Amino acid sequence: MKPLRQPSVLPGFGLTFGFTTFFLSGIVLLPLAALVLMTASMSWHEFLHVILNPRAVGSYRLSFGASLLAASINLIFGFIIAWTLVRYEFPGRKIIDALIDMPFALPTAVSGIALTTVFAQNGWIGRYLEPLGIKVAYTWIGVTVALTLIGMPFVVRSVQPALQEVQRDLEDAAETLGAGRLYVFRRIILPTVLPALLTGFTLAFARAVGEYGSVIFISGNLPMKTEITPLLIVIRLEEFDYHGAAALGFVMLVISFVMLLTINLLQAWGRRRLVATGR
Amino acid sequence: MNAEAISVVAEIATRPGRDTVVGAAVRWAFITVSLVFLAALLFAPLATVIAMALAKGVGAYLASFLDKDTGAAIRLTLITALVVVPINTVFGLCAAWAIAKFEFQGKSFLITLIDLPLAVSPVISGMVYVLLFGLQGWFGAWLQERDISIIFALPGIILATMFVTFPYVARELIPLMQQLGNDEEEAAITLGAGGWLTFFRITLPKVRWGLLYGIILCNARAMGEFGAVSVVSGHIRGLTNTMPLHIEILYNEYNFVGAFAVASLLMLLAVATLVVKTLVERTGYRRRR
Repeated sequence: MKPLRQPSVLPGFGLTFGFTTFFLSGIVLLPLAALVLMTASMSWHEFLHVILNPRAVGSYRLSFGASLLAASINLIFGFIIAWTLVRYEFPGRKIIDALIDMPFALPTAVSGIALTTVFAQNGWIGRYLEPLGIKVAYTWIGVTVALTLIGMPFVVRSVQPALQEVQRDLEDAAETLGAGRLYVFRRIILPTVLPALLTGFTLAFARAVGEYGSVIFISGNLPMKTEITPLLIVIRLEEFDYHGAAALGFVMLVISFVMLLTINLLQAWGRRRLVATGR
Repeated sequence: MNAEAISVVAEIATRPGRDTVVGAAVRWAFITVSLVFLAALLFAPLATVIAMALAKGVGAYLASFLDKDTGAAIRLTLITALVVVPINTVFGLCAAWAIAKFEFQGKSFLITLIDLPLAVSPVISGMVYVLLFGLQGWFGAWLQERDISIIFALPGIILATMFVTFPYVARELIPLMQQLGNDEEEAAITLGAGGWLTFFRITLPKVRWGLLYGIILCNARAMGEFGAVSVVSGHIRGLTNTMPLHIEILYNEYNFVGAFAVASLLMLLAVATLVVKTLVERTGYRRRR
């Protein structure tokens, strides 16, 4: 049998491992267990009543629909941006590359009020969309716009390193042998970056589903229409309906775990493909 | 033109990497689409923050910082970061030492657990503490008897922020220390150096850039956290309002200059974070994902 720990001359395992597990349990695991316990103290009937309530279902539809749409938009535009940054030289490329991480670093409340202002009826972009009959702020489109912004870096930053790994000499060889650009893209580039693209898509989707700060300003927060699930949880907490909030939180937690698992499987798949192609 | 010349021209025209007309068109299309997308989604909002903050002039902008509650919000945010970031840094160093320096069973499971807060909605990160310490939470009655307030007070804000920023230093250091290996530390220990000496003289200098990287990301997230803190804070003006929460209050009161003035400070923090991050990357420390 494999020993629990392999011997090492280095000291400090007991201290650091002990502190790590202690702190992890205290700050993360016990509080999460409180949520699971709170949910478990409900009867099945109560639980289903809370999570299948029409208002809750409406919020799932918006949260998941808008997140899926935003992640899909990022799949396309994130790839284009990553491609532009990796393959082309143009003035300002380095600054733009650094700014891609802005949505990670920018507090969500700031992006929330700024996006709302830009896309409001009299905003810089909103005023041009208004005559076309497109309302962004305070509709589901606004929710999608906010979720697209916060998910964008995930796709770009996943795809960039993968694109750098595409073997240019393979592309050159294929083109020399008469392959068209689209053929090269489909047979050489896409297979190499596909795992990274899907990882970025899933990360962006997972982040968008739980997002709160940047959405609540632009969404308008109408029950059944523009109310996301995290907001519904906050409303339940403010009503001191801890069980209702915990049940909804539990649903989201389960979905987060499924996503985490998906991301790990996708990354393992990506590594296997790299090994299989001899890189 | 003779056949040889034609074949040379044909070869040049189809040589890979050469700028054909189609290639140039594709390039300009990609660059344009990228820039338009980023301009609408990222640059316009960033510029709006500055434009709105200065909408009534520099005087009004600066005057908004004299507001008592704004000052209190800035102070609270700084206090929270000052408590949370050092604790999470110590935790990150401990976790990285245990995970990178030793082989034990269940290691990858432990790493997954450390990353857990990144996968959880900020609202849930705050809610778990309300369920524990809130009035109707597991320990609510017990705490009330003893007159201890955690929710709607500073301890709750600190706990929620700690939960959210928990993994940042650790996940930066673990892969870095794994990659650097144990040889130098093992040599030092074998030659008679103590554990602390080895850590401070060998390990810490080796990982300093990764550590700095993790700390600034942790700090940016700690100062900017909205969802988790919003759930536990209670939004008491001048008492439990952090900067992001204060932005929300000012914005909802249509005090746009005030709201965007505070937002401009947080944007400055984000820019500073990205600058430090870029400088650290330039030292040769590259972020692995």
